[in-house]
Amino acid sequence: MRAISIIFKRELGRYVRSPIGWIIAALALLVEGILFQALALPGDNLSAIVLERFFYWAQGIPLFCGVLLAFRLLAEERQNHSIILLKTSPVRDSEIVLGKFFAALTFLAIILALSIYMPLLIKVNGHITGAQIFVGYIGLLLEGAAVLAIGIFASALTSNQIVAALLGTVFVAVLMLLFLLAKRLEAPVQGAIEQLDLWWLHYQTGFMRGAINLKDVIYYLAMTYFFLLLAVKTLEAKRWQ
Amino acid sequence: MIRANKLSKFYGGKRALGPVSFEISDGETVGFLGLNGAGKTTALRILACDLRPSSGTIEIGGVDAVADPHEVRKRVGFLPENPPLYTEMAVVDYLKFAGELRGMTAAQVKKRLPEVLEIVDLGDVQNDTIDTLSHGYRQRVGVAQAIIHEPKLVILDEPTRGLDPVQIVEMRNLIHDLKQNHTVLISSHILTEISQTCDRLLVLNKGSLVGEGTETELSKEGEIRQITVTVRAPSGDDPKAQIVKILSGVTGVSKVGDAYEQGGGWSFALSTQTDCRAAVSRAVVDAKLDLLKLDYARSELENTFIRLVQGGADASN
Repeated sequence: MRAISIIFKRELGRYVRSPIGWIIAALALLVEGILFQALALPGDNLSAIVLERFFYWAQGIPLFCGVLLAFRLLAEERQNHSIILLKTSPVRDSEIVLGKFFAALTFLAIILALSIYMPLLIKVNGHITGAQIFVGYIGLLLEGAAVLAIGIFASALTSNQIVAALLGTVFVAVLMLLFLLAKRLEAPVQGAIEQLDLWWLHYQTGFMRGAINLKDVIYYLAMTYFFLLLAVKTLEAKRWQ
Repeated sequence: MIRANKLSKFYGGKRALGPVSFEISDGETVGFLGLNGAGKTTALRILACDLRPSSGTIEIGGVDAVADPHEVRKRVGFLPENPPLYTEMAVVDYLKFAGELRGMTAAQVKKRLPEVLEIVDLGDVQNDTIDTLSHGYRQRVGVAQAIIHEPKLVILDEPTRGLDPVQIVEMRNLIHDLKQNHTVLISSHILTEISQTCDRLLVLNKGSLVGEGTETELSKEGEIRQITVTVRAPSGDDPKAQIVKILSGVTGVSKVGDAYEQGGGWSFALSTQTDCRAAVSRAVVDAKLDLLKLDYARSELENTFIRLVQGGADASN
């Protein structure tokens, strides 16, 4: 736990101090603000519908930032050889991965928190509850956690940061588009594939509409755990190679 | 301190090391000597618990490094070939991070930091970010991270690589300082560096241990002496062959090397098991040839190294 905290502090400090972290945040918030203004607000819609549209477009933040924040976490360390400091210290591979994951998740949470003025505007001018906003953000954070875990796994696979970014993007894109594949299949395979989709079933039919379903929470936690575990096992395996 | 038994490492199907067995006592400074690709870095990375061996056992300070690498890492400081630096960090912040990673408390790091900065002479740049430092300073930061937690064993992989001559001397002095309080392992393919800093050598070639001992012990094994003799060329057909015939007949000369022209004569390198300069000079004079020069070189580390490496190559072929 102590090692996780030490690595967490260094990584978070890196995000906060480096311009790259803030450039990613600024770009994500700019695009989100434009989409909110251009696509969520227009029309005489109920405030609940406007909020739903906001959360639809807000998914771009965890999906876009998640991959960008995660791809360098292990690949860069390997490329710069600094990972040897971590690997020759009395620190477990799981602690390395968790320290980095929680730092990225915290920075992602900061970016998400900076977007809260938009749903607050809807609340001030409409009839939505704080709980609806809260649930939407929980969904975004859980989705972000899963995307970060996928990105860290991609980062563990290679020392080339560009390859890691591409792999992370491909993994996330495939998991996002599984619902399209599911539509072409028949039950029971269709149901199984649908349940694996990262984007549509677990977020858009639940959190985005202000509803917390236990199965959606479990899905995102399981995806996060699974990909973090793969990242840890990949690091361990590289010691044997 | 270290007991390695039949240690080997394969990368895929390719053998990088072993099986090798060796022991290193507390307080020794041992050099891993070998050409590029000899297996030095692999051996050191296994000792630093960065890599796991494919087979064999290794004990460091009585702890099994394969079964309990976590415990061993607390006792080891490692400077790899490329120092593991976070270049965006200031030197002190980086060393605090490295110390805490190695299990030190913030108070322990605070107390130890001035000592380390003094040992590696980084006081002037302690608040600079690492990416602004020269290669020599970065190497010192690398050494500092390896000793911040006062490990019993310090492993330095090619510590003078890329340093200029002044920095090499400084690094050598630093290693001499480290010898006072640590068991030190150094790898290098630079013979002078190894011979000047280490008590004992392990010579690796193509993953195998081909020699072990002090410089003197290694030199004594099948000692080679070299005599260089320069003789004025005689008249007649093929003067070189004439001289080779005379020198080959001298008792004690095991091999007459290739000749080259020098100072109006022919120079020959003779390999001998004994000091047979007198016999060589008599043979030349008796043949009514002019002896221009006679040099004698006792086996040096370089000769020993070449012999061991060539022997290893022969053995592996």
